[in-house]
Amino acid sequence: MVQTEIAVLRFGLGARPGDLAAAAGDPRGWLMAQIKGALALAGNTPLAPSDQIFTELLAARDEFREMKRTAAARSSTDPKTPAAPAVNPLRDAYLPHYRAQVLARAQSAALTTRPFAERLVHFWTNHFAVSADKAAVFGVAGTLENEAIRPHVDGRFVDLLTAVEQHPAMIAFLDNQYSVGKDSELAQLAARRAGGHPFGRPRTDVQDKPKREFGINENLAREILELHTLGVNGGYSQNDVTTFAQIITGWSIGGGKGRLTGGIPGRFYFRDNLHEPGAKTFLGKTYYEGGQRQGEAVLADLARHPATARFVATKLVRHFVADDPPAAAVDRVARAFLKTGGDLPSVYAALVEAPEAWDADMRKFKTPEDFVFSTLRALNVSPGQPEEVVRSFDLLGQRQYTPGSPAGWPDTAKSWDGSDALMHRVLWASRIAGRYERGIDPVDLAASSLGAYVRPGTVTALRRASSSTQALALLLMSPEFQRR
Amino acid sequence: MHPRHLSTTRRRFLAATGALAASAALPNVLFAHTGGSARLVVVILRGALDGLAAVPPYADPNYAGLHRELAIAAPGVADSALALDNTFGLHPSLAFLHERYLAGEVLVFQAVASPYRDRSHFDGQNVLENGLTKPLGSADGWLNRALAALPRGHGAGRAVAVSQNVPLILRGDVPVISKSPQTTPDVDEDLLARLADLYSQDDWFSARLSEAVQTEKLADEGSAADGQAMTAPAGAQPAMAAAPAPNSAVKPAAPDRISGVARMAAALMRSEGGPEVAVIEASGWDTHANQGGARGALAQRLTGLDKALRTLANELGPLWPQTAVLVVTEFGRTAAMNGTRGTDHGTGGCAFLAGGAVHGGRVIADWPGLARTALLDNRDLRPTLDLRSVFKAVLDQHLRVDSKTLATRIFPDSSGARPLQGLMRA
Repeated sequence: MVQTEIAVLRFGLGARPGDLAAAAGDPRGWLMAQIKGALALAGNTPLAPSDQIFTELLAARDEFREMKRTAAARSSTDPKTPAAPAVNPLRDAYLPHYRAQVLARAQSAALTTRPFAERLVHFWTNHFAVSADKAAVFGVAGTLENEAIRPHVDGRFVDLLTAVEQHPAMIAFLDNQYSVGKDSELAQLAARRAGGHPFGRPRTDVQDKPKREFGINENLAREILELHTLGVNGGYSQNDVTTFAQIITGWSIGGGKGRLTGGIPGRFYFRDNLHEPGAKTFLGKTYYEGGQRQGEAVLADLARHPATARFVATKLVRHFVADDPPAAAVDRVARAFLKTGGDLPSVYAALVEAPEAWDADMRKFKTPEDFVFSTLRALNVSPGQPEEVVRSFDLLGQRQYTPGSPAGWPDTAKSWDGSDALMHRVLWASRIAGRYERGIDPVDLAASSLGAYVRPGTVTALRRASSSTQALALLLMSPEFQRR
Repeated sequence: MHPRHLSTTRRRFLAATGALAASAALPNVLFAHTGGSARLVVVILRGALDGLAAVPPYADPNYAGLHRELAIAAPGVADSALALDNTFGLHPSLAFLHERYLAGEVLVFQAVASPYRDRSHFDGQNVLENGLTKPLGSADGWLNRALAALPRGHGAGRAVAVSQNVPLILRGDVPVISKSPQTTPDVDEDLLARLADLYSQDDWFSARLSEAVQTEKLADEGSAADGQAMTAPAGAQPAMAAAPAPNSAVKPAAPDRISGVARMAAALMRSEGGPEVAVIEASGWDTHANQGGARGALAQRLTGLDKALRTLANELGPLWPQTAVLVVTEFGRTAAMNGTRGTDHGTGGCAFLAGGAVHGGRVIADWPGLARTALLDNRDLRPTLDLRSVFKAVLDQHLRVDSKTLATRIFPDSSGARPLQGLMRA
């Protein structure tokens, strides 16, 4: 039986020495014990909260603008001086935070004693993806995971959903902070003061420039429906998208100047003066005016919608069981979701109870994330410096917190199994092996990290290897280590 | 979608320009259609390029009012559109593309769309790549199905995805290779040999590894061919070198990245026995906020794209006359600027076909106009040409894929999308 290995390798993040023994008595119990309680980061890298980072960013942005003005002025009098500043305080402000978040994430994956819960955190981070390759999000991408997802991973879906959609990183990623209702106080004011700019811009440049017209940005509303709740076939129309975007006008970030002062800088803030007033009909139901609560009421309904249950269940089963999710397992998980109104521990329990999840075949090809984290655990090491983690993920094609799109990273083998990707894994494995081979017996390591999944052919290859470095690289690249 | 009746004077179809004459002097025609020598590069712009910024319909009376500060001005003033004809221009960042247009090597398509009519990026890209009428209807891509139907028969390695992994458009029964511009130096040959041995019991790993080894050889040959070092030495690149520059709305590092990808594509295609088909992807076109006009975030992106096309042309060198480069995106964006100085997901957009083998210098557009009544759902440019009409034409006239297979296996349910005629030099 390989139930222990399945619990540790497939549901968890890979085996540290001793993990297989710890789970051996009761693999299901070992998993279930992990999904109680919020999940703090394991490890010791200090992280700044998102409001502080956003505040630093705003200060750096002002500084950068000033520098650009100065540089441009200088260059106009002396053409030899470059027109752009040589340093970029914005990047300087953000980069250490990004690195610290990436390091902390890898340390937590390497060290956690609740790897199933940690994998669930990663799952939700990918479900509610923000991408650090958008400049405004670069320094705060990891804060969504740590501030909105970790505290709610064991709670109700509606609370997780609300925390995520009201997190400043999500608001900024999907551009909702300045989404303005046509009939909002701000838009009305702007209409009355022709040429005036309600964001406090000086009025010297008004002349013939087209007047700034306020309106909604439907990005966040669309992705909540398509990617976070109902799914693309969840039965909503373009009209629903537009209405929902109106409903969440005002969901913004505190701080700012002129008419946009208010709130605590860098924290979620409902800007009443941007909100489109009035009752609105969304998915056939009328939501009365309630300011911020109007949007929250919609989220509450979305969070218990059958389409949401099915969409989330399908993604969970795809992640934990197989690229082509078995229908019986999806049904089971979706039923638990609906029956409990989205109580996440009950949903996870249904997943663990699904017989399909215990199929002995390793059907999931590891993503680069899976590969790196399971390697750290197998070697029983925790990275000390951000560079090594950042470079590893660059090389393997999954730079942390940069899925590039709000759909998150793909979760099927086809998206990760290119021949070039395999070559990059070989390169990384041989570098890691060179670094960590000392004091390691690769055959022992095969047993402690893969248990019954090690194939005899692999053991033979490890024994015949020309060096322990080569043996370790072979183990990491063995088909059984590359799958879960 | 059925082709519209084209006789109305308001509409323009196959709007030839005087630029065509310039191309007659080029010797391209000597190289075109020498059987299997045709080269095809498909560039997928993920995130939905704003076609009304890339190919501004500057003469449309409603354009400036809808696109507002994102609109590109009519030719004649600073930072204005590069004129294509009396209606359309190119974004000023697309200087190389414009130069090649004037040389008769670029076709510009406007108001095009795949059969997909909703506004999800992910389903939109799915339909763009699967060649069907709906998302998720197929696990393989139309370009892979086309490889299976190439006249000279197919073998592994005729096509390459210039990335670590293979995108849907190239997935399918015909094995294709993948190669990203990131270098993979110094993988110990003995380790590779032992891995090959370890994988002998596992077909899937075994096939991938031998592909990878073959592709490395091709890339080495290709880069040796012009004596140019293709990739920086290991470790020369600071780990965060591609970290975003902070003052733009969309992924800022990539404008330069895509040139490296183009260079790798060219090197592979130039190598002996190298692939004839390549797919390049570039993301970051989803400009919901602070899109910018002649300058700004989208302009930077387009500059990167233009540079990549120039790189491709330069590096393909003698192959350029037999090359077609197809540039596509999943859909266009809203006709009107949104509330955050950007554009939201739309429908009709633009596409380009460039290369020495292309019978270019023309804008192909059955222009529906941007009047409120002409817009789709009161918001989007109405598509009047099915992208599959372009795809089918390229596969037929350039790669010589059998037309019956084209209409059945490669693009099923596409009888309404007849291949356009005369896209390639005869």
